[in-house]
Amino acid sequence: MRPALSVILLTTLIGAGQGLFLALFTVQSYALLGLLPSVAAGGFYVRGGLLATALLAAGLVASFFHLGRPERAWRSAAQWRTSWLSREVIVLPAFMGVVVLYTLAHGLGATQPIFTLPQGLPIDATIVIGCVGTLLAFALFVCTGMVYACLRFLAEWHTPLTPLNYTLLGGASGFMLAAALAALVVPALVGFLSGWAIILTVLAAAGRVATLWRNARLKPRSTLQSAIGIKHPFIAQQSKGFMGGSFNTREFFHGSSGQRLRLAKPAFIVLAFAAPVLLALAGRGAASATWLLAACMVQFGGLLIERWFFFAQARHPQNLYYQAVS
Amino acid sequence: MTRKQLALVIDLNVCVGCHACVTSCKEWNNYGAAGPLADLAPYDADPTGTFFNRVQTYEVGQYPFTETGASYKREQDGIVLVDYDKCIGCKYCAWACPYGAREFDEHDKVMKKCTLCVDRIYDTRMAEVDRKPACVKACPTSARIFGDIHDPHSDASRAIRENGGYALMPEWGTQPANHYLPRRTTRLRIHEDELVRADNPLRVEGHLPKPADDAATFDDASW
Repeated sequence: MRPALSVILLTTLIGAGQGLFLALFTVQSYALLGLLPSVAAGGFYVRGGLLATALLAAGLVASFFHLGRPERAWRSAAQWRTSWLSREVIVLPAFMGVVVLYTLAHGLGATQPIFTLPQGLPIDATIVIGCVGTLLAFALFVCTGMVYACLRFLAEWHTPLTPLNYTLLGGASGFMLAAALAALVVPALVGFLSGWAIILTVLAAAGRVATLWRNARLKPRSTLQSAIGIKHPFIAQQSKGFMGGSFNTREFFHGSSGQRLRLAKPAFIVLAFAAPVLLALAGRGAASATWLLAACMVQFGGLLIERWFFFAQARHPQNLYYQAVS
Repeated sequence: MTRKQLALVIDLNVCVGCHACVTSCKEWNNYGAAGPLADLAPYDADPTGTFFNRVQTYEVGQYPFTETGASYKREQDGIVLVDYDKCIGCKYCAWACPYGAREFDEHDKVMKKCTLCVDRIYDTRMAEVDRKPACVKACPTSARIFGDIHDPHSDASRAIRENGGYALMPEWGTQPANHYLPRRTTRLRIHEDELVRADNPLRVEGHLPKPADDAATFDDASW
């Protein structure tokens, strides 16, 4: 498939936004349960919330560039009963709204307990909003992943690993970003957040490598024989019927050299997983914002390559009809 | 399953590969309800355009989904159409079609696909014989048969049944309506009464002697 920059940016940016929000609320939940030393982290939540909102908004803007008729984008919410893309279109703005509310609640200091749980845990507005946001963040990961995983003709995507990877990759980049932000705002949280960022990056690497392993063993279900219904063992296409390009020759081919495709795989394994883990370990040891910011940047770059590869690797059965120009 | 399912049956045994169907399709649909089918850089080095390039529609039996409801399967005849006023051009429906039947129009910025010439086949201003898809009308060898494949008595159904018609990529279970007829061994059957003019009065009345086997014969005077 052709990797469209708009969709690459959409999925990576909102993934990082969702992960960052989850990181913020994880810190808050741990603090609530007394598992983290209480720190004055109000500024951290507000800045993190603003950053997450900006990432989600940037992703949403990028997605519009994928549409031929962006002015009709609202119509895409109509078919939520059957379409994962429709569900994503609904959940993304809803999640964005909740992140904005979460940020506002922290910014306006709405931290007076609304009620108290039997264990004596004071629940304030930010906790309630955060819980809703967490559910929506995971729902959005599932929607984004299922947009691709539900397409049974694209065998490379048609696996539960796809939504799992979207969740883990988004989570890893978000927690990495949170760790870098913490290094700038509340250094006390760096150890906790970078630890989670490393764990999530390792898990994401495991999920992604498992997918690579699976996809390397896929056998295309459609063949030249089944595509044209001729049961001869040796078929070679001589002509596709026209010499110029068309939508079918562009949209479903990555249009890059095989070498770039081969290089992309080791490149993203190093940049999205190995290097950020090492940089985060270094940043953790030195409590240095520079190392963690570098980890963030390198990982995001790696994820852009990963997403490019995700699309480029998928082989659409219609390509069988466009093998040769006479 | 719709009651009626219009479809094309393409006979690979008689198709000569002349592309008249493609040209005729482009001509009609460029000006018809689906048009324009825009060309980009038509006279330059790298021309491209929308032209329903394989002139095949699928009108799948199991029609999956769209994002906006812009693409829909008609109850009355099973034709799958795109509402160009609703399509947002997200291209996702093209990803969900294994055959590549859908084409994004770079000019109108919406998804287009074969309409089975829905603006021809019901047009009562046309002579009955013209109410067929443009590709079918253009075919010089009658390699394209148009009809209702849910009606067992239609030409299309009969052609599928009697000539081993098959669907493409059956492994996906998409149940496409369009079928292809395979290459077949052509046998020439000549009967005795085709060689001898049974109704020739000259012969019957004994006015014409049987010519020698190596003698020249003329159609009008043949024995």
